[in-house]
Parts: sequence; structure tokens; C-alpha cells
Amino acid sequence: MDATDLKTTASAGVVTPQRAAFREPLRLKCGRAIANYELAYETYGNLNATCSNAVLVCHALNASHHVAGVYADEPNNVGWWDNMIGPGKPLDTNRFFVVGVNNLGGCHGSTGPQSINPETGQPWGADFPLVTVEDWVNAQARLADQLGIQQFAAVMGGSLGAMQCLQWSIAYPQRTRHALVIACAPNLSAQNIAFNEVARQAILTDPDFHNGDYYAQNVTPRRGLRVARMVGHITYLSDDEMASKFGRTLKHGRVNYSFDTEFEIESYLRYQADKFAGYFDANTYLRITKALDYFDPAFEHNGDLAKALAGATAGFLVVSFTTDWRFSPERSREIVHALLKNKRDVTYAEIDAPHGHDAFLLDDARYHKLVAAYFARIDAEGKS
Amino acid sequence: MNGISIDRADFAAIAHWVKPDARVLDLGCGDGALFKYLKRQRNISGYGVEIDDINVLACVQNGVNVVQRNLERGLREFDDQSFDYVILSQTLQAMRNGERIIREMLRVGREGILTFPNFGYWRNRLHVLNGRMPVSDTLPHQWFDTPNIHLCTLDDFERFCSERSIRIIERKVLTDGRAVSMMPNLLGALAIYHFGAAG
Repeated sequence: MDATDLKTTASAGVVTPQRAAFREPLRLKCGRAIANYELAYETYGNLNATCSNAVLVCHALNASHHVAGVYADEPNNVGWWDNMIGPGKPLDTNRFFVVGVNNLGGCHGSTGPQSINPETGQPWGADFPLVTVEDWVNAQARLADQLGIQQFAAVMGGSLGAMQCLQWSIAYPQRTRHALVIACAPNLSAQNIAFNEVARQAILTDPDFHNGDYYAQNVTPRRGLRVARMVGHITYLSDDEMASKFGRTLKHGRVNYSFDTEFEIESYLRYQADKFAGYFDANTYLRITKALDYFDPAFEHNGDLAKALAGATAGFLVVSFTTDWRFSPERSREIVHALLKNKRDVTYAEIDAPHGHDAFLLDDARYHKLVAAYFARIDAEGKS
Repeated sequence: MNGISIDRADFAAIAHWVKPDARVLDLGCGDGALFKYLKRQRNISGYGVEIDDINVLACVQNGVNVVQRNLERGLREFDDQSFDYVILSQTLQAMRNGERIIREMLRVGREGILTFPNFGYWRNRLHVLNGRMPVSDTLPHQWFDTPNIHLCTLDDFERFCSERSIRIIERKVLTDGRAVSMMPNLLGALAIYHFGAAG
């Protein structure tokens, strides 16, 4: 085996994004409907003859349908969960047919605020509806219909992606055999909403925002997006992780009594902010943070999460990370408690990782082995 | 006699008491071997509870639903009387607050099943008489690396139960995998109790 072979066995390899068009109006939770729309998606591995080995991977705030592998013309554009998904990886594409999808309202190819509204011939901009987790899941279900997938062997996601898994198990119990709910919370806390509101205010008050119709002005609210990303990024890392990565290290070896970057952490945040503002759409960011704020399946059941999950029949793997303060283990235990009340098949693991919320995206042998073992169980079930 | 056959006698005794199709919570379930055994023998359902990462992984590999949790912090995720049996196998002696976990067992389950090494076993007594801490099949650790901090005898445990109105339903005492009926507090190495709340 030469080096190239090794590379292709370790990665999903070259993938091509696809698009699915939907002509039937999708009713949204906000009361509006979207007449027709497209979803960008990618698939890895092969759908088996009984269509029973499909796994849907749901993305979180800033990711996309590009879950694994690389593009032929962009060999460095590696999928956001490439360490988890691929041949021989915890979610093994030799056994499973994996689907990644960019959510409705996104900015990576699916219909969103940047797309042309066929009714006006202009970009949707401010008029694009406020979509919810429920709407995303309904749209994903239609994609599954088009792909001929009656039931997913598993729906998997981290953070906001995990909220979609919960919603799948509630809205489509018969179509969700397993749900892998990683670094999740059953709803946002006041503190979570507060951070989102800071991010939104940064965008909404940027003079280049133009009430959301900035496309026509040929500007983007970069300043707002940058601050939004900085705030978000702080919540993804643990205090210890920041301390060990950056500490109080100075960029130039001494303080200069200026507002230029002095500490390494400032430099890091500015770099992340610039990168993000270069590719992410502000209207999408606003809507995704709202979708996070609104998600609360227990709300319609007087706050009783067990009642909200009463109809879910999936097997659940719930995973949290000890240093995650954005969605702490305590929040995952609320989900576990509700599932235990309903006597559901649930396994809960609390991974002692130093990286905070971001841990769900990082390499950690205990975490990856656990997910691999759970998928091996799903695979064995499918064969028995 | 090796550890495995002792474990199997222990498993068989527990399986004998557990009714078919019961809901079971197995505390300190290790790699899920007992749970898997009871699933096969008695078609039980429920969960294991385990703190150790390697054991949690082994449970997933063994097809056992497991909740990762430190038992010292109680069983908060589990509702009152939500299981037919709560099992605590070879774990009590290593817990800081043994009384609390036994109360939790009877809060969450209708009945409890407990196994522990009998410190009153004559071989253990002989070790102590000879001026040494006991090391045996059921107490395999040295004094300096043992996780066991609360060892007791059959008589100690039964007194504990009677003082707290805990009703002992059945008892089985094993030595080298064989049942002991005569002078169990002296001749028994491993104690297995089936108990419930009084009344």
C-alpha cells in the first residue's frame, strides 16, 4: 500500500456536493411558508439494498453539508467532521451511507437569505423567514424522501446539530432508529440566549447591515459578524483550554500601551473573526442564533421534557464533555433523565475532556471509541 | 478456584431471585457482564450505572445500556420506585457512604440485591489473627492499594438492616462458588442479600 492508498482509506476522499430541489411549499413554524427551495447535500458510502444503513449528520451553527472528505478543486477544504466520518472511522462509511445537509436558511448552497426570491427576483435578505429547528428537520425529512430513505439507522449531531437529532426523534419516531445526541442541551439557558443576543446586536447595529438588505449595497456587515464570531468562539472553549493555549502570552514580548493586538488570545480571536466574516452570511447567522433560542421541545408540554420525548422510540447515545460550560453535562443529564422516565434505550457518557464545547469536534480516543462501538451495535442490529 | 467461577455462582444466585422481564438497575455494573447474563437468563431490561470510561465503553460493546455516573453522588436521574430490582454487586465496600446508597437503592427500586465479601470469613480472620490484613479471592488487594474502605461481616450487615427496618428477603452465602449453610459468618466468603423496605 503506498501513501496515496493510505490517504484514501483514511478519508472519505473526493466528494461532490449535490443539490435537491423541492417544489412543494414547506410550512414553517413562524406561520409563513416557503414555496420552493433547494438543499445542498453530500453523501458518503453506499446505500444498501434495503435502504437501512443511512445516517443523517446534522450541522451546528457555522458548519455545512461538507461533513467529510475534500473537493477535487479544493484539496485543503476538509469536511468539518472528517475525523469522525470516513472509511474505518467511528462512523464508518464502509458500512453506512452518510448524508450531510446544509440547513434551510444556510449560506453554503441551500436556499437562504442570499438566494434570489423567485417572487421578487431579488435576494431574500431581510424577508427570509425565521426558520426553526423543527423546520430544518421537516426539510431534511423531505430530502430523505427524495433519497429513498424511509428510516435512518441513526441521526447524529453535536450542539445545535444534536438538537436536530432530538427533534427527529420527536417528530419522526418511526424514521429515527437511533439518535446520537452529543454536547446538547434541551433548550438554551438565559446565559446562552444572552450571548446570542450580544452577537445579534453586533450585526444588527453594524452600519453596513442595512436592515438585512445589504446585498444590493454590495457591502457586508463585517464588523458585526466579527464581534459575533468572537463572542461565540469564547463560549466554545474552556477557561483552562484558553489558559493552556494562550495564557497571558504577549504577541510582541512586551506591552505597548495600545489597542493593537497585544495578547495572543486577542490575535487568535481577530484571526478567527476575519476568517469567519469572509465566508459567513450575517442574515444566516442571525437566523441560526434565533433557531437556537427558540428550540424548546418541552415548552408545549408545560416544561416537561419527558412528555415532549414520550413518543420517541429511538435508541439514544447521549454524550457530554466535562469542561463544556456552554452546554454543560448537567443539561445532557436533563435529556437522560427524560429518556429514563420514558424507559427508552439510552446510554450516557460524560467524557473528561479539557476542550470545552468544541470537544465534540476534536480527536479524543475515549469519545471516538465510544461512538465507534455504538455504531458497531447499530450495524449488528441491522444485520440480525 | 478462580474469580470467574465465583462470579458465575454469584450471577446464578442473583438470576435465581430476579423475576422474568423485570426492570433492573445495576449499580457499578463494570463491563455489563452481570446485566448481559440477566438479560439472557431472565429477559430483563434497564440500565447499568458505571463511573469508569473503559467499563462504559465495554458496556456499549456488550449491548448494555449504561449511564455514566459517580454513585457517591446518588441516583438523581432515576425516579422513585422505577425499577423492580436495584443491584449493587461487589461495590458497597468501596463506597464512602454505604448507608446513603442503600437508601437510594430502596428509593429507586422496589427491592435491592447486594453482594459483598464477608470480612468474617475464617480465612480473613486467620490473616488478622496472624497480624496481617487479609488477601484472598474475594479481597484480592493489598492494604495499601485496596479500594475497599467499608468492609463488614454478615452479622454487621444484618444488624444494620434490622436497625433501619430493612427487610431481608433472602440470603445466599458462597465460598469458592458453593453454597454455605452452616455457620455462614465464619465459613462464607461472599454474601448475597435480597432485601426490601419493611412492611
